Parts: sequence; structure tokens; C-alpha cells
Amino acid sequence: MNLRNALCAATALVSVSATAAFAEELTIATVNNGDMIRMQGLTADFTEKTGHTVEWVTLEENVLRQRVTTDISTKGGAFDVMTIGMYETPIWAKNGWLVAMDDLSEEYDADDILPAMRGGLSYDGTMYAAPFYGESSMIMYRTDLVEATGMEMPEAPTWEEVAALARAMTDKDNEIYGICLRGKAGWGENMAFLTATSNAFGARWFDEDWNAQFDQPAWKETLTFYVNLMNDAGPPGASTNGFNENLSLFQQGKCGMWIDATVAASFVTNPDDSTVADKVGFALAPNTGLGKNSNWLWAWALGIPAGTQKEAAAKEFVEWATSKDYIELVAANEGWANVPPGARTSLYENENYKDIPFASMTLKSILSADPQNPTVDPVPYVGVQFAAIPEFAGIATEVGQEFSAALAGQQSIDEALEKAQALTTDAMEAAGY
Amino acid sequence: MARAVTNNRKALNTAIAWTIGLLIFFPILWTILTSFKTEAQAISDPPVFLFFDWTLENYSVVQERSNYMRFLWNSVVIAGGSTILGLIIAVPAAWSMAFVPSKRTKDILLWMLSTKMLPAVGVLYPIYLIFIKMGILDTRTGLVIVMMLINLPIIVWMLYTYFREIPGEILEASRMDGASLKEEIIYILTPMAVPGIASTMLLNFILAWNEAFWTLNLTAAKAAPLTAFIASYSSPEGLFYAKLSAASTMAIAPILILGWFSQKQLVRGLTFGAVK
Repeated sequence: MNLRNALCAATALVSVSATAAFAEELTIATVNNGDMIRMQGLTADFTEKTGHTVEWVTLEENVLRQRVTTDISTKGGAFDVMTIGMYETPIWAKNGWLVAMDDLSEEYDADDILPAMRGGLSYDGTMYAAPFYGESSMIMYRTDLVEATGMEMPEAPTWEEVAALARAMTDKDNEIYGICLRGKAGWGENMAFLTATSNAFGARWFDEDWNAQFDQPAWKETLTFYVNLMNDAGPPGASTNGFNENLSLFQQGKCGMWIDATVAASFVTNPDDSTVADKVGFALAPNTGLGKNSNWLWAWALGIPAGTQKEAAAKEFVEWATSKDYIELVAANEGWANVPPGARTSLYENENYKDIPFASMTLKSILSADPQNPTVDPVPYVGVQFAAIPEFAGIATEVGQEFSAALAGQQSIDEALEKAQALTTDAMEAAGY
Repeated sequence: MARAVTNNRKALNTAIAWTIGLLIFFPILWTILTSFKTEAQAISDPPVFLFFDWTLENYSVVQERSNYMRFLWNSVVIAGGSTILGLIIAVPAAWSMAFVPSKRTKDILLWMLSTKMLPAVGVLYPIYLIFIKMGILDTRTGLVIVMMLINLPIIVWMLYTYFREIPGEILEASRMDGASLKEEIIYILTPMAVPGIASTMLLNFILAWNEAFWTLNLTAAKAAPLTAFIASYSSPEGLFYAKLSAASTMAIAPILILGWFSQKQLVRGLTFGAVK
């Protein structure tokens, strides 16, 4: 062997061992939904590009939330990348539990991330989790049923217009219900919808001094409007309906309209699952003329726990999964209708994506939500359908139970609001606000 | 003298028993049926019972997406390991309580059982921190220890009840014949208590197999058993009931088969000493 061959062999050996030394096995916790499962199926592309392998831990949303909270708060180190939402990100960032996403590569183009998403996933101006996909809420309605009423659905309707249409579409004898809304108790269930709706009615959770506001007229107006509308035009047993129950009703042609997450648009327009796939129109979530719509803002984002031993590899994964290239990869493999929506501005400038029927309304909905200024009157918290404080999830779940009971007719609206005011005041005082 | 039971009475009892049995089994049957439907059929209203296009697609999707055998093996090791370890500790403990009771034996037994009344989540953080310190987070060893500790009071109680049915004179006789304590437990007591030990084993294996709180909270990717496998198919945003049913069927199939073949032993052990 001459010297040149020997040097070449040595270089190759060093390269191989260097790759092996830097190849990490990442453990990633994620939720079970279509976009996340698609990402798992495309992991080979990441491994091919970086040499890192991935172990997936997929859990139901609420189980995942509990699991990753336990791990990050104890610095357990079980996960290198966590799927977290807009609620957790600012709270965890404040606690110093997350790695800042302030040194992402130029090629990644962090400025392309939709401002609303970036704002919701930031703390003190620094982004702490990169949005994998984002969503808002909007009206999905049956074009044939609206047409049959002789009325029209405006692109940005008021609640009065929506209520009139819902009542006109209702035909209970034939199991057609004008409107399907969340009623199941939970901070991410009925309270996500009702908090976003209350913003449009001029209500708020807390005033600037953190005093509960359920004793104010705006909340009574919100809850009265919701309960009356559901009693007149909603499906039976609505107080136990969440996203899946309403999706099932809509897909079977039993809902005139449904106001819920924008990601539902791809389900209700999929002819394999939906009997009304070709009869669905979209509109902005309703307003009352006060300048705020009833839509929420949410993102499933990828965050890296502070203290992970594999921070560099974890960041490479986050960049890969939330990049423009990843969107192209999904489009090439699964089609443009299946790319993760709501995270990047460039997606909505893409000519291929403009043909998707719900793309434009999804973007308008996302852009019309402002987590920094969610309400008509000023508030001390960030978040559209939640207040980003650690106590919110527990309090809102209890308030949700009271409101769900009011919808079920088990107590009056006044009773529900009184209890909500009392329990929120107690919890906030106990927490030292 | 045994009471005569009329044929009508027998038929009525049989019918009632079958009705109750079917009612209890119905959710499992529905899960199995749903696993062979499409997602659209799974949520159809009115529901379809038997007359639908049976498909194995859900099983193929689940098989493709998850490493079922790894979850299964973890379940077998965790449930089996914790049961065996529990028995090794519980047999001598139950022996001493049954045959050499002290003034405090009853209190100790009650105290042991009272630990089962503590909500598990109340000790989640301390146990999680201990696991981190010991480096056994997301390991089968850690899960075996925790499951054994959780089920130990039940194992001791069950064995204590069975041992109490065995006449102490027999053990006394073996001691007079020169048997050591170890020989007495292994060669005299254990063979006589085989039905009780077998049913205790089976029951604890099933309890450990089905346990979901600790197995979900103390595992990540490596030691996750079938409970985590099921949890990975549940979704509040998306109708994946057929796939979830397929995953559930695959998770409960081994324990259903085990239960089917050992039901006589299980019933015999559970009713041992019940009628006196």
C-alpha cells in the first residue's frame, strides 16, 4: 500500500468514526394526530441527512401533557424533544425549562414563521418552541343547507347572523341540527370555545389586577347566548360533545354548521370519511361588532428541554421537522392537502397550496387572532382561549364543569356564573395573585 | 342434605348468568368487532353489528406503525417479573403472619392494605425523582420493582388467607420430623397451597398487565408496555376508533387467552376456603 492509499484509508476511517461519534438516538414525545403520524413515517429522511436516529413516544394529548410536565419539572431527561402547545411554552420558558430557539440557522428562515405563531411561542421576545403546525378555529358549514334556507353565510358573520342561520337550518325531526359546538367540560374542550367566544362579546377572565370577571354582564351575555342557541339549534346531549363527537355528527350530515379547529377542514372534506365532503363552505368565526372574533389560536410546537445531553442533535431535528423542506417533503409524498398547516407564511404564498379549499380561510383565521391582545378590554395575560398562567388549566376545567352543567340544564346560568366567580377568586387568592 | 334444584330454576339461573356474562363481555366484543371495520363504519349511526365489509387494514396499519412485539415483551417481563418477585417476598411474610402471629399481625395487615388507598399520583414526583437518581427511569427493572411494591399488599393478603386454611398441625408434624424452616415452606406448605399461589399469581399478573398509571409515567421509548401502546392510538382530535380498537384487541389478546386457559384454576383459587 503506498502512502496515498494509506492516507485515504485513514481519512475514511476517521470520517466513519466521526459520524458514529456524533450520531445520536433522540427520544421524541408527541401526540397522536395525522400530521404527527405522517412525520413519524418520514423520519428516515432525517436519519439519512443527519445520521441521527429517532425513538418515538406517541401518547394521547392529555396523557402526554402530564407525562412531559413530570419529566421537565424534575429534569428527568427522558425526552430530547417534546411536543408542547402554546399554553405550556411561555410558562415553561419563564421557569427556565426550555432551550431558547434563538440560534436557528439562516437557511431555516425563522422570519418566515407566521407572526401570531411566533408571538404565542415566545417569552420575553425569544422563541422557545418551533411551530410544527398551527391552527385557529373557523365556521365549517353545509352549503346545501344554507342555500335551502334562502339566506347567505357572510365571510365574516356576526353571532346574530350565525344564530339566525342555525335556527333556520334546524330540522330536528330529520336529525339536522343547525349548529354543533363543544359542550364537554375541560379547559381544552368547552372552555377553549367559550373563552374565545367571550372575547367577541367583550368579556375577559381577569381584569388588570387579576380579579375574576364572571360577575360582569359580558360573561352572562356570552353564556346566555350560547345556551339558548344550543337549546334551539344544537344536537341532543351537546353537553358531552367534544371535537370527535361533533366531527362524527358533521361527517354524517347532521350538523348545519360547526365552529371548531381549522384542522378539522381536511377531515370534513375528505370523501373517504365524510358523507358531505363536497358540500362544505368556510367562514371566519363570528364576531359581535366589538372588534374581536371568536376564534382561537393554537400551535403544536417542538421544544427542547433545558439540560438535555443531546441539544445539538435535538435542534437539528426541530429544524428539519419545522422547515420549508419538510413541507415540500410531505407534499411530494402525501400531497399538498396533507402538509402541516398554519406555521409558515411561505406555505400560503405557494401556488400549489392556494388550490386547497380551506387554505385561505385557515390563514385569515390565524391572522385574525392576537394572543398578546386577545380581548376588547385590556388583560394582564397572554393567550386567546386561555390565560398563560400555571393555574389556568385547573381553574378552567372546574369552570368548564359548571358551564357544561348549565348547558345540560342541571343548573341556571346565574348559578353557573356565581360558582365560576367564587372558585376562580378562591383559586387565584390561594395562588397569591 | 343438598337442596333439590328444579330444571326450571336451573334454566333461569343459566339464562341470568349468560345475560350478565354477555353484558360484561359486550364492550370487549364491540372493541373486537370495531377493529375489523373502516373508520367510517366505526362511527356510523345506526351502528353496524356484524354485516359490514370486514377488513384487516387496521391491524396492518398498527403493525406497520408500532413495534408491537417490543411492547408485548415489555409487558410480559414487567407483569411476570413483578409477580415472581412479589411471591418470593410474600410467601415467607404470609407464612409468618399465618402461623406465627404476633399481637400486631392484624394491624400490620391492615396497614399494608391501607397503602393501597393512597392515590398513586400523590407519590408520583417522589418516585420519579428516586428513579432519576437510581438511573432506572424507562427501564424494565424499575417497572418490575414498582409493580411488585404496588401489588405486594394484595399478594400477602391473598396468601395469608390461603395459608390460614392449612392446619398448623401438619407443619408442626413436619418440624417434629426434622424439617428446617426452609424445607417446611418449600416442601410442605407450598405444595399444599398450590391452588392459592396459582390464583394469586394469575390475579397479580393480570393486575400488573393492566396497570396504566405507573407504566405510562415511568417509561418513555424503551420499557413502555402494551398500556403505552394503546395510549399511542387514542386521540381527542381525530376519529381513529377502528385503529384504536385494533391496538386494544392486540393488547388484550394475550391476557384473554391466558385467562381462558386458566379460568378453572383462577376460580378454584379465588373461592378456596370461601364456603365453610
